[in-house]
Amino acid sequence: MEILGDNYKVCYETTSATINFHGSLRLNGMEEYAPILKLLNDVVDSNPARITLNLMHLDFLNSSGITMLSKFVIGMRTNKSMHMMILGANSIPWQSKLLKNLQKLMPNLNLKMV
Amino acid sequence: MKEIFGYYVDKPLNNDQLTVKFSPSSISIKDRWKNNGLSADFMADYLTTFFPKDDSDVGAQKQVEIKSTASYIANELLENSMKYCDYSVRLPITIQLQLDADQIRFFVTNSINKDSIEGFKNFIEELVVADPQELYFNQLEKNAENPDNTASGLGLLSMINDYSAMLGWKFEIIQEKPEILAVTTMVQVSI
Repeated sequence: MEILGDNYKVCYETTSATINFHGSLRLNGMEEYAPILKLLNDVVDSNPARITLNLMHLDFLNSSGITMLSKFVIGMRTNKSMHMMILGANSIPWQSKLLKNLQKLMPNLNLKMV
Repeated sequence: MKEIFGYYVDKPLNNDQLTVKFSPSSISIKDRWKNNGLSADFMADYLTTFFPKDDSDVGAQKQVEIKSTASYIANELLENSMKYCDYSVRLPITIQLQLDADQIRFFVTNSINKDSIEGFKNFIEELVVADPQELYFNQLEKNAENPDNTASGLGLLSMINDYSAMLGWKFEIIQEKPEILAVTTMVQVSI
């Protein structure tokens, strides 16, 4: 599963159950983010024991993207059977802010800043 | 008519300024949208000139942080101006970056439809009195429940919550006949 845009790529690596985000996500509203949210939900539906969202190569995310990721994380709160980890990069300043907010939404979220 | 809300600095600065001005209706919003990122990154890059890297890691890190903050704020303001401007009138969208001693300020001016002013003012009033963190998380929960909730103001809320930004607005009549109304959103962050 892969979504390729002008300045971004979101792809799922089945072996490690990791969704990798690359580039800059500045899509216009939830409507344009729907395919990415669908990819995330499809991964969850395939029922791996654990999933990882790797944001380490995501340079930019606008507020609509924050809304989309928050919506996914909020949906995962009720999924007790799946373990989720989000990877962020210390070198990208906004990521620590985002991850901190996501953890507030889902306290048992496993975060790793590298 | 001129109405000010929130924290608004309505004085011209003599220091460095950078202004980008464009006509929102000259090409489609879909094509224009791409330029938000370009303009925001350009303004953020421009700003870093004034905060040169020194030999320390601290200086380099500070530059990365300023660039990230400026790029996020400028991009959100441009997205908002494009989403909410009144396409029936010909008023360019202007984004200006002002550099002060230890602050940067963005001013974004766009036209606004008379009918949407009241809703916007109500949102501003809520923003000014509420706990921004509580409002931010409430909005995220609300957006997750209702996918149609597009005008959530989350961009502005995140500026306050994540970047400790000060926000203000100026509503004014630009032209009487036919009437053109404009709103300027000001965002100030300490650097």
